[in-house]
Order: sequence, then C-alpha cells, then structure tokens
Amino acid sequence: MRLIEAREISKIYPLGEIELKALDSVSVTIEEGEFLAIMGPSGSGKSTFMNIVGCLDIPTAGQYLLENVDAGGLSRDELAHIRNQKIGFVFQGFNLLARTSALENVELPMLYNGVAAKERKRKALAALKTVGLEGRENHNPNQLSGGQQQRVAIARAIVNRAPIILADEPTGNLDTHTSGEIMELFQKLNNDAGITVLLVTHESDIAAYSRRVIRFLDGRLVSDEKKQ
Amino acid sequence: MISIPWTARIALRALKVNKMRSALTMLGIIIGVGAVIAMLAVGTGASRRIAEQMATMGSNLLIILPGSQTSGGVRMGFGSQTTLTLGDAEAIQRECRAVQDVAPIHNGTAQIIYGNLNWSTGVLGTTGGMNSVRDWPVGSGRPITDEDVRSATKVALLGQTVVDNLFGGIDPLDQIVRIKKIPFKVIGVMAVKGQSVMGQDQDDTVFVPVTTAQKKLFGTNFPGMIRQIMVKAKSAQDLDPAEKQVAELLRQRHHLGAKKDDDFSVRNLTQMMQAAEEQTKVMTLLLGAIASVSLLVGGIGIMNIMLVSVTERTREIGIRMAIGAKTWDIRLQFIMEAIILSLIGGIVGLIVGVTGSQVLSVVAGWPTVVSPFSAVLAFAFSGIVGIFFGFYPAYKASLLNPIDALRYE
Repeated sequence: MRLIEAREISKIYPLGEIELKALDSVSVTIEEGEFLAIMGPSGSGKSTFMNIVGCLDIPTAGQYLLENVDAGGLSRDELAHIRNQKIGFVFQGFNLLARTSALENVELPMLYNGVAAKERKRKALAALKTVGLEGRENHNPNQLSGGQQQRVAIARAIVNRAPIILADEPTGNLDTHTSGEIMELFQKLNNDAGITVLLVTHESDIAAYSRRVIRFLDGRLVSDEKKQ
Repeated sequence: MISIPWTARIALRALKVNKMRSALTMLGIIIGVGAVIAMLAVGTGASRRIAEQMATMGSNLLIILPGSQTSGGVRMGFGSQTTLTLGDAEAIQRECRAVQDVAPIHNGTAQIIYGNLNWSTGVLGTTGGMNSVRDWPVGSGRPITDEDVRSATKVALLGQTVVDNLFGGIDPLDQIVRIKKIPFKVIGVMAVKGQSVMGQDQDDTVFVPVTTAQKKLFGTNFPGMIRQIMVKAKSAQDLDPAEKQVAELLRQRHHLGAKKDDDFSVRNLTQMMQAAEEQTKVMTLLLGAIASVSLLVGGIGIMNIMLVSVTERTREIGIRMAIGAKTWDIRLQFIMEAIILSLIGGIVGLIVGVTGSQVLSVVAGWPTVVSPFSAVLAFAFSGIVGIFFGFYPAYKASLLNPIDALRYE
C-alpha cells in the first residue's frame, strides 16, 4: 500500500525579494513496511521534508498524501490527530518530559486520545517491554542513560500503534555501541511489527541498517537507492 | 477530543513537576483571598456587634427631645428650648394607646462620693418606667417606685461600673453615697448592660428619681422641666402609630397651632440604629473592595508566572503538539493549571483569612465573624481570577509553531 506519497512537493520561504526554496519539486513514494534512510548535508532540505511527512508542516506547492489522504486540506487540529494516530517521532535529543516517569512519558500520546487509565498503563507497559525497558517504568529521564531514554522515546512513538516512525538522527547523542542497539531495535520493529521507519542521518554506518537510501541536495532529491 | 477531566489530570501532573513554582504562583491568590476574608470578617463582626448593642438598647424605642431641627429658620441645639415637662411624660403614658411605657429623663454629670473615694459619672433622674423601656432590670435591691417619685426621695440605683470603682468588694446596698454633696441611700444595683452603640459604658451610670434630680441635683429652668422622654411602643407595628400619637399629643399640650413647627423632636431610635448598621455594611463592602485589589494583583501574578512558564516550557509544548495535542488541548491545559492554582490558593487563603480573623480578634480586640457567604464569594472570585488571568498565557501557548517550539533551547 502506498503509505506516503509526495508529489512535486515544494517548500518556499519568502525572504524579502528572494525566495528560499527549502524543497524544490520533490516526488517520492514510500510503501508500507519500508526502512528508509534520508541523507544529505545541512540545509539540503531533509529536515523540511521530514516535517512535511510528519504533518508538522504543509507544503507550499505540490501534494502530500498520507494513506491516500491529502494533508494539504487539513486543519491544524486534524493534522494533530493524524500525528497522534499515524506518526511516531523519535528525536536526537530524546525530548522526554522532565521529572516525569518513563511510564507517564509513554502514556502521553494516549492522554490526547482519550484512552482510559487502566488501558493506558497496560499499553504503556507493553510498549516499554517491547523496547526492552521492563522494570524501569518509574524512573525519570535523569535516572536513565542516553540509550534508555531513547528507548522510552521509541516506546512512546509506538504506543498508539502508529504505522510510521520518523527518527531524526536518533543516534546522534549516543555512543557507538548504544547506537547499534537502537538501530537493531528499529530493525526489529520494522521486521516484526511491520512499522515503516524513516530515518534522517549523516552517518553511512547508521544508514547501512536501512534498505533504501534517499539523498537530498539543495532542496532536491538527487538519488534514491534500494538495497539488494 | 478534549475533555475536562483528562485535561485536569494533565494540568495537575504538570503542576506537580515544579511544586516550588506552583507554590510561589499561588502566593498572590493566598494573600488576596486571605485579605478579603479577614476584611469582610472585620466588617461583619462590626455589624453583628452593632446589632447586639442595638438589642441591649431595648426595642421599639422613641426618644423625644426638646427643641426642633429648625426654629424660625435657625438651627437650635437640642435641650435649648424649654418645652418638655414631667406632665408631658405622664400624659403620654396615659393617653397614647400604642405606647407601652414611658421613662422621663432629667440627667447630667455629677461626682459621687463614698468614703474617701470619688467617681464622676452620669446621673439620670427617671422613674420606674426606665426598667421596662430600656429592658434593663435591677440586679439586686429594688427599683425606683412611684412613691419615690412622688416624695422625691434621696435614693439611688448604681450601675455595676460605679459599684466596682467605689465599693470594691463591699455590698453597696443600704450604704450612703454623696451625689453633689447630698447624701443618697443606695437601694440597688442595676444588672450589667455592657457597651452602648456609641461605645459608652452603660454600667457607668447612677439612677435617681426624676423629681429628686429636678429639685436637688440639676435644677429646672421652668417647672417640671425634663431633658428627654424615652417611649417604648407596644410592638414593632405600633412604632409608627406611637410616633404619630406622641407628636399629636405634645402639639396639643404645647398649644401649637397648625402653622407652627414642633417645639420638640421625636426620634425613632430603631431607625437610628438601622442607619448605623447600614453604615457598617457600607464599610464592610469598602474594606472588601480594597482587599479585592490584592486579589486582583494575585491574579496578575498568576498571569505573569504563567507567561514565564509558557516560555520555559516551549519545548515541552512542542513535544505535546508533535505527539497529538490539539489547539484547545494546550489552551485548556494551561487554563486548568491557572484554575487549579487559584482554587488551591483560594482554599489556603481561606484558612489564612479565618486564622487571621481570629488573630485580629485576640490581638486587636475587634469582633470578627467569618460568614459562609464571604468564604464562598472569595473562593468563587479566586476561580474567576484563575480563568481570566490564565487565558492569555494559555492562548499564547496554543499558538506556538511545533517545529519552532521543538527547536527552542
């Protein structure tokens, strides 16, 4: 199924007399179950692309379809709902709520979806177990290592059974060994649960975990390679 | 879909994360509510006290004074016209049907001496009618009788304060005191009355027969002169008729034609007291309004802290939005945080206000009464303050762009 479809997407910022084209006519299709790495230098447009895919932003021109629904016509709140149900974000800086337990962090998406307390807890604990953090649900972020915090973030991303994970340099703040563990977790989620993973990275060894690599340069998609 | 209980839960969790900041934010509300409650308590206490003192004055009272408001266009002081007589008082008692009892009064100040102690006090010449008109019985001994009045006997009834100052622990009954150097026999002690509405000690008085006061103590400018008449109507409904009957009778007795003004004035004591009570109510409202200013300041404090809080939590708001929080999810969260802060602040302020009132009672001696109405009012007001002052920060928070918010340091 065509999960994500970008049709000639452009993102243009007017700066006085000049226009800044962050994205220039980008077209790409992503199927369910893919594991995709997005690469390119700073300012190449990969973050802008991710924001549009994640429904945090809308294109200035072109169409973005998520599960065949055009995101361009949706309101701010409708986009929020889609993010809640369809997208799991994983950030370089983890972005967990401070002084809040791992369990409560993972429960957060469900709070905005009206899930009852018992079910919230059950699902959150299950998600934590999936990422290998059973027993640490009551720890606050400052009591967890970098790798553990990222696992909590990943648990949060999958707790609402979102079909897509968007990870922006998820291993950027982690050492080599932990980075490998996290990438293996992504692979496990992709293989076992069929979650589509889109990963932004600078590093080729991280991109090596994926099965398809797309590269951006100056706002354009310049290459699209599938692994054999 | 937003819902109040969910959002309240989110808000409460967020507040718990930074307890210190929450506590400091509440401080303004706590002080504001506490001040409002304490001020209202002072005012209500004063009102109650006046009502109580009104009750000790006796009820359904008219007071008749010689002289009128204006006499030929010139304001005369009361007591300067020579009009009221003992005969007037007796006539009122006899002929006015709405009147229950009459007490003529001829009074002044005098020094009263017992042994080698002296005490300056008010001496009231009156009749036995005084006991019923003022609802003021004799504590021990006997009251002034008609015989005392007829014979102008030299007997005196002492108020408790006079007794305390002249006799110490000795029983004053049947003792001889000198009033203006004239010996009087003490026939009794009045029951304790307490303070009057005007703040005077009512027990600092001596009663003697009106005729004795006229002949031996204060003299008369014309025969039968007395300084005032107190009249008690039979009931609250009889008060107005009594006032009319007394006025009519006195005009007749004083031979006042239709065109002439009254040469006396009849004052409805109850009305006067009610006016005093109204004044205290106004004072209460004023105090409450002033204290409300501090509540307002507390609300501004909440708004300021919340604005700072929104800025500090920009990243957090970005995360919440990325994860699926809608515009009103964010707005409602911050509004609820403000409401929870004000309501908790309101409760603590209530406790502080009640405690403060008690402290004022003990330390300053002011009567204070915390009415449930004022508590509910202050509490509701604090909730409204929370909603009102929480709205702007909440609105600002909800307008953040999630992409920028997530990048905020």
